Amino acid sequence: MSDTLLWYTTRGAGAVSLILLSGVVVLGVLSALRVQSAGWPKFLTTGLHRNIALMAMVFLALHIVTAIVDPFTHLGWLTAVVPFSSYYRTLWLGLGTIAFELLVAIVATSLVRGLIGQGAWRAVHWLAYASWPVAVIHGFGTGTDALSGWFMVLSIVCVGSVAVAVVYRLGQGSADPLASARSDFRARVARRPDR
Amino acid sequence: MRTALRLSIDRIKCDGHGLCAELLPEIIRLDDWGYPIIAAGPVPEGLAPLAQRAVASCPVLALALALALQPTAASK
Repeated sequence: MSDTLLWYTTRGAGAVSLILLSGVVVLGVLSALRVQSAGWPKFLTTGLHRNIALMAMVFLALHIVTAIVDPFTHLGWLTAVVPFSSYYRTLWLGLGTIAFELLVAIVATSLVRGLIGQGAWRAVHWLAYASWPVAVIHGFGTGTDALSGWFMVLSIVCVGSVAVAVVYRLGQGSADPLASARSDFRARVARRPDR
Repeated sequence: MRTALRLSIDRIKCDGHGLCAELLPEIIRLDDWGYPIIAAGPVPEGLAPLAQRAVASCPVLALALALALQPTAASK
């Protein structure tokens, strides 16, 4: 395979990963908000969230493998695993490694959610709010296309969508209709002297 | 005695997302507050895969599918 093809694949797969992961974050927020309509049931949100996340892992694997086997930079496989171990653009590639490893933790715990329990799964899943921004900064910092017009537009759309979704989520209370009654009940149970 | 699949709901965990009723309307419907009501009796064999999917889709892992012993007319 020619070096040029590898290089283009790295850049293309990186951009596709940005699109997919931004979509996954937005869908995750929408499912927490319990968004639904007549033509959009809630299982559609969670199903898309899950399947697009898995698809993003494929494109990320492509992004990482083609970057590493590209002889121009000869990064080495350690770069994919150990953050800031690369001689080449140490900071920016390190951020990419961190974002990827956080994402691997999120996906792995989701695949075995039934085994580790809801609490542990949810705790790890919050890391999405660390992984996605770090991945975006990685793209801005080292992306060959970061300053080109099409990538600027793409970034604005992706970051804008996630920002709107997250701000909207923060503005909403719990979507659980019995949230206050439930937390009150749990607090009373926890206060029981015989426990 | 023979075994049958039964759906159960953990009322403490359930947050009333309602995905289960979307995915398995044959067995699960929602009350006025959006919390699931499971039809009495075992899960019909043909619905077992769909029931399994509903269990896996519960956002808070409140739905469970388990084999339970069930008395039959033959076992006295």
